[in-house]
Amino acid sequence: MYRLHPGRRSGWAVVVLVLAASLTGCAATIPKDALIPTPDTLERRQLQSRRLDGISETQLLAASAGVLQDLGFNIDESETKLGVIVASKDRSAFSAGQITAAVALALLGAYYSVDKTQKIRVSLVTRPALSADGKPRPDAQVIRITIQRLVWNVENQLTRIEAIEEPAIYQAFFEKLSKSVFLEAQQI
Amino acid sequence: MKTRKLLSTLVCTCLLAGCAPSTKAVMEMDQSAVQLRSYQQRAFDTADKEQTLRSVIATLQDLSFVVDKADLDLGTVSATKLSGYQVRMTVTARPRGTTQMLVRANAQYMDKAVESPKPYQDFFTALEKSMFLTAHQVD
Repeated sequence: MYRLHPGRRSGWAVVVLVLAASLTGCAATIPKDALIPTPDTLERRQLQSRRLDGISETQLLAASAGVLQDLGFNIDESETKLGVIVASKDRSAFSAGQITAAVALALLGAYYSVDKTQKIRVSLVTRPALSADGKPRPDAQVIRITIQRLVWNVENQLTRIEAIEEPAIYQAFFEKLSKSVFLEAQQI
Repeated sequence: MKTRKLLSTLVCTCLLAGCAPSTKAVMEMDQSAVQLRSYQQRAFDTADKEQTLRSVIATLQDLSFVVDKADLDLGTVSATKLSGYQVRMTVTARPRGTTQMLVRANAQYMDKAVESPKPYQDFFTALEKSMFLTAHQVD
């Protein structure tokens, strides 16, 4: 029978422990590029931003809050002095495609847990646009929104945490905002 | 014999560590406050707190964060990034003397504090561009 030398055995124990420790350490470090702008940063900024003329920052924030309410968002936080509104809504995350897939898999004897609920979060930030000499203008604003969501499945497990970056969503939001700004201007 | 002793010591240590209450995380610090601050904070040559915080928010949005909270009086901004993982950041700005703002950031990745200098360097590099100012290392 083959037996390890006692000294060697403890050596192995240490190696295994060190490996286990370093592995758990690795799993919990921040990705290297998490806080670095990417090549598509500028593109994303353009997609998520609009400039509106003939409106004060306060008026724009009020109009924006109106649009968020139109879309069923609840305001979580706001700091008008910094042009910030934070809003969220909880909605169903059921999708026909996933349910079809789950049924098909169930027929094959496999289990697939479908998504059930989602929390959608928006931060809406305004700032005065700058004039030619670099001074903030009282009558022109730049607005930028960023959207993200968390999705839970029927077992209440978090299945997705992601940024929402579909251009159509941002375009639709800003279209609604343009209308809302008009409504605010008309005081309807 | 030696091996057995070593193993039993290891098992005991692990068990004991398991017994320590997880509430110790409340006051936990892996590094000294001085060490942490050396890479979590920078000074900028501006006295404009509002503009500094607005630049912080713009930088966070550039990095795909969604703002959670912002407070001009307190000088804080908190934001979350979701990208298959979760990063939360709180950034504060307060006056340093009469000509500078001291910006401090702290971040957590999933359920762990970010305690390596590189991510903070990346953040301040991005912030410098947004502020058109150089970030000074603070002693």
